[in-house]
Amino acid sequence: MADTTTRRSPLEHADRFAAVTRNSRGSLRLAGLPFLAQVTLRLDPKSPAAEAVGLALGVPLPLAPNTVNRGGELAVLWLGPDEWLVVGAGAAAGLVERLRSAIGDEHGAVADVSAQRTALLVAGARSRDLLARGCSLDLHPRVFGAGRCARTTLARAQVVLVARDGLRPGFWVLVRSSFAGYLADWLLDAATEHVGRPTLQAGRSGP
Amino acid sequence: MLLIPCPWCGPRDEAEFHYGGQAHVPYPEDPAALTDEEWARYLFFRDNPKGPFAERWSHAAGCRRWFNAVRDTATNEVLTVYRPGEDRPATTERRRVADGPLGVTSAPRPVTSQAGAARPDSEEGAPPGPKRGAVGAALGAAEGAESLPAGTGTGAGGAEFSGGSAAGQPFRHPTRGRIRRDQPLTFTFDGIEYQGYRGDTLASALLANGVIRAGTSIKLGRPRGIFSAGVEEPNALVQIEAPFPEPMLPATTVELYEGLVATSLPGQGRLAAEPDPARYDAVHAHCDLLVVGAGPAGLAAAAAAASSGARVIVADDRPEPGGSLLGTGELLDWVAETGQKLAAAPEVRVLRRTTVFGHYDDNHLLAVERRTNHLGAQAPEHVSRERVWRIRARHVVLATGAHERSLAFADNDRPGVMLAASARAHVNRHGVLPGRHAVVFTTNDSAYAAAVDLAEAGVEIAAIVDTRSEPGRWADRARAAGIEVLPGHSVIGTEGGERLTAVTVAPYGESAPRREFAVDLLLVSGGWNPVAHLFSQAGGKLRYDDTLGSFVPGTCRQAVEAAGGANGTLDLAGALAEGAAAGARAIEAAGYTAAELRLPDVTAVPPSPPMHVFLVPGEAGAPRFVDLQRDVTVDDLARATRAGLRSVEHTKRYTTAGTANDQGKTSGVLSSGIVAELLGVDISALGTTTFRPPYTPVSFAALAGRDRGRLLDPVRVTALHQWHVDHGALFENVGQWKRPWYYPQGGEDMDAAVLRECRAAREGVAFMDASTLGKIEVQGPDAGVFLDRLYTNMMSTLKVGMIRYGVMCRPDGMVFDDGTVIRLAPDRFLATTTTGNAAAVLDWMEEWLQTEWPELRVHCTSVTEQWATVALVGPRSREVLAELAPTLAVDNDSFPFMAWRDTTVAGIEARVCRISFSGELAYEINVSPWEAPALWEALYEAGRPHGITPYGTETMHVLRAEKGYPIVGQDTDGTVTPQDLGMSWVVSKKKPDFVGKRSFARADTVRPDRKHLVGLLPEDPGTLLPEGTHLVTDSVLPAPPVPMLGHVTSSYRSAALGRTFALALVKGGRDRVGERLYAPVGDRMVPVTVAGPVLYDPEGARRDG
Repeated sequence: MADTTTRRSPLEHADRFAAVTRNSRGSLRLAGLPFLAQVTLRLDPKSPAAEAVGLALGVPLPLAPNTVNRGGELAVLWLGPDEWLVVGAGAAAGLVERLRSAIGDEHGAVADVSAQRTALLVAGARSRDLLARGCSLDLHPRVFGAGRCARTTLARAQVVLVARDGLRPGFWVLVRSSFAGYLADWLLDAATEHVGRPTLQAGRSGP
Repeated sequence: MLLIPCPWCGPRDEAEFHYGGQAHVPYPEDPAALTDEEWARYLFFRDNPKGPFAERWSHAAGCRRWFNAVRDTATNEVLTVYRPGEDRPATTERRRVADGPLGVTSAPRPVTSQAGAARPDSEEGAPPGPKRGAVGAALGAAEGAESLPAGTGTGAGGAEFSGGSAAGQPFRHPTRGRIRRDQPLTFTFDGIEYQGYRGDTLASALLANGVIRAGTSIKLGRPRGIFSAGVEEPNALVQIEAPFPEPMLPATTVELYEGLVATSLPGQGRLAAEPDPARYDAVHAHCDLLVVGAGPAGLAAAAAAASSGARVIVADDRPEPGGSLLGTGELLDWVAETGQKLAAAPEVRVLRRTTVFGHYDDNHLLAVERRTNHLGAQAPEHVSRERVWRIRARHVVLATGAHERSLAFADNDRPGVMLAASARAHVNRHGVLPGRHAVVFTTNDSAYAAAVDLAEAGVEIAAIVDTRSEPGRWADRARAAGIEVLPGHSVIGTEGGERLTAVTVAPYGESAPRREFAVDLLLVSGGWNPVAHLFSQAGGKLRYDDTLGSFVPGTCRQAVEAAGGANGTLDLAGALAEGAAAGARAIEAAGYTAAELRLPDVTAVPPSPPMHVFLVPGEAGAPRFVDLQRDVTVDDLARATRAGLRSVEHTKRYTTAGTANDQGKTSGVLSSGIVAELLGVDISALGTTTFRPPYTPVSFAALAGRDRGRLLDPVRVTALHQWHVDHGALFENVGQWKRPWYYPQGGEDMDAAVLRECRAAREGVAFMDASTLGKIEVQGPDAGVFLDRLYTNMMSTLKVGMIRYGVMCRPDGMVFDDGTVIRLAPDRFLATTTTGNAAAVLDWMEEWLQTEWPELRVHCTSVTEQWATVALVGPRSREVLAELAPTLAVDNDSFPFMAWRDTTVAGIEARVCRISFSGELAYEINVSPWEAPALWEALYEAGRPHGITPYGTETMHVLRAEKGYPIVGQDTDGTVTPQDLGMSWVVSKKKPDFVGKRSFARADTVRPDRKHLVGLLPEDPGTLLPEGTHLVTDSVLPAPPVPMLGHVTSSYRSAALGRTFALALVKGGRDRVGERLYAPVGDRMVPVTVAGPVLYDPEGARRDG
């Protein structure tokens, strides 16, 4: 990729996110996580390529539906019975290369989708409550604790929801870049109650 | 909302799934071998059985897998799911508790309590109780009117009872009630200011002030009074005026707040004219057990589950738990203690002021929580006023209690006629006496307790009039309290205007001897109706309980059971035990262990069976009201049955009984009873009308929640959106996308701006943001074969480095989508789709791959937003590109039309495609959206010497229409084949089959009079035809039906042609080129000439610059 100084994230809500974090006195933490490397991997989980890919990544592919395996800088998300999303920091090109060479002549597909979705962090004691305003999944820690992920719907946007590791509640929300502004506005509005004053007038019109 | 078990992801909301029609209808092996009829049968015919039906579903918003489900089309239950390729499971029986993921089933439950709950000692086991006791009915004492008590009657202002109550609240009891006497509140009703207390309802505060009349009936204009103390209120509907207008709220449910302004309502209320400033929101919740109602049964159920670790939600519509106990004043210590226990349990959530109003499939329940309404103008702005809870419960215990039923006697609607238990509730909840002197009219025991309690509170009970000739032990108790009991009597009439003044009583079924009582209150109890609304909504069947004389929950396929009053168990000890057992059963079914629960001891008077009375014999002439809110009388129901109506559903619609916003809570069973009596049938055979959500009215504001304004629907924007905004673009909605429509400059109107943009594209250079086009990577060794099957033309022969335009059809041969296909590598293609169909095309590909061609080694991945796309168009585009991409050979031979190159443009990694949607020399430059603003700025800069002009979708439409390029969805509508569009060239003759091919040989698709896409030139070059205009042959419209030839699909002004033009679908259009047709526009017949669809540069000379 070219000079990273010209890159622009689809989410430019940093100031308003920081205000929520501040004004909720830590019960909510919102932040954008731009420019993550994201690569879609499609292959038969029973094929030799699946194991090879696990070795190449240093993380075995999660085979249980809606689970995440982590290792090093990488998180591998189960998105479907033959579909994973590999998420990491840095550039995707190297990741694509590693995956393609691990698959070799086996049948599989690898696609750089780093810009397809952008990531948001929703954390804090009230993060489950916040997401529950628009997500029909049961996010109780017994059901959706660390190691869980799901492709689902949040508000009116499709998202990939990932429970962060660790004891304190927190989630990654991966959302299609074109929906990111909408979803950020939705989250900021949903946070109103925890922040103590309206951060966005729901009635305001225009994009 | 169904809960559909995805074979991979488990149960998810129905909204995440996409329906795919009947399963096991495979694509024919050799469509060409089928007759037209056989092919049509495959295309158009599907089964439509009642009962189990195998269907295809896709978990579209989840793992994106297709699977099969057997659904019962009558009940909507998903009986089983299985993966594609698996055989349909032989058994299609209903899921039982054990096998469904959530066990969404409930069998009728035995009332044995193996659960840990200890049933308290109580003598009230079997309902019937002692029969025909020796309590003689002292009828003789009832004759004569000499004992007529003196009463003041009219309510307003009489200061007869003033001990300790606030000045101006003459009916306030000095000590009773749960009101906060330290928090006086001022409110206004019908223009008069009053005082009340926090803890009052509007109704109780009015009663405290001696106001019982709270409305006027809608049809007959009769004065009506506060009739109840809860949601069943049919009379006292009020319009809230301040702080914010809200119509038709029962005064019995409106919590009093400072500054409340309300008016009484005859009939309908009035919505606010200004936008509601309050916030409303919604939240999803999940639990093992949802208990609806926090009365004795509900609290016991919750308490049984509370410490088990199970997740429990208790929802109650009142400000505090306790239910009927708050109204009777019993067991209040236990209520408080249980409330504290629930509040302290970590997995228990108690929702107060929360009405569960809908019970849907798979135990999905909707509730509305009134969070700040009771604070009036003090409500904090940032807290939602109301919240809709979307609750998914593994088990539900309905402890919704029972509503007291009225009786149909003469003039039973006067202000002062009130349900007996409601009057008692006003005393004990709010410390208010609804009147001073009362007659109690009953058919059952329950009103005795109310009478005794009211008497203790200071209401003079003139008599208890009981239709039963042998009222049993309660009568003794009443007499012991000094109350006269008139067994075997009934009320045959009332007097009064603004307020009840007198009640006339006679032996049951007779009109003499009469006694008249001067009273201001008539307390009525015709028995109890279990609140079975939610049970019924859940799909449960009600059954008639002969002992109770009402309808009680029977069986339900969902995991739900009713307990306590809702189940027809009206005695307190029974309700407690039943609640505790139900709560324990529910969490044990969910795998938890219920704790031992000590229930309070209850002593009770042995019951006597109720008498089943609906219609009280009385004198002719006086109306006997059934539905107070709709002013429906017994005579109205009689007219309905005389008109031949035999079903309560029909009498309801004929008379409107039960259709008001109280939905017949006090009148429904009463109507059934009366209709049964009129028809001479048993009420059990007649049943009730259907209960439908919502249980009580819910405001649209609450249902809309936060989905309003900019959050109503997602707005999708591209990486370049801010630039478009900054440069004055107006936007067009394309699906959820905001696309620049045109960029007016210096006060230009749309026509001028679009003509300018078109001219720049045709004569210089222009650029547009084309990022919204769908992009799908198709990878795998069989990718070429796969695309050959989906596109009408050949894709497998495309060379790496080249691009081909393609069309996709549905199996019926109709155009579905179009776009270009790029071959990136021997086993990798990139297909583009129209903006609006990006998701649909990906779904289409996955559907064929997963369900029909699983043997193909192909994977599809959406990369729509991985790339931002800029179209650079016009004769000078090559110069601009060359300047920014110095390493790219841009000459026509090195970089021919329909080729693509990887290069860098303005230092940014880019894939440049030479494709054109305008007929001009053009490029599409694809870069990472993170870099798109930099690319766009660089193009703008480099193009400046050439007058580069940004253009929007309108100009794009004009340019393509001048070339006759159709837009799927605008020039097609699902009834148009590629041949109809004049694009036979895109339909392969070589491929043995592809989706849609067989349909091109159907008799219907080869008709010569099919509608063809043609150009239209209005005779007057300045006339713009509205899109959608019909076309006819004659300049004078014949008498209808007018033969229609077709319609205009696209219509524009063309800078290049110097005139207006249009595209149209016209019957046999290609054979009509040169013909004159007419387009009726308003009252004009606009003459137009049919032309070929390609009106500009038909020889394609401009493509290479």
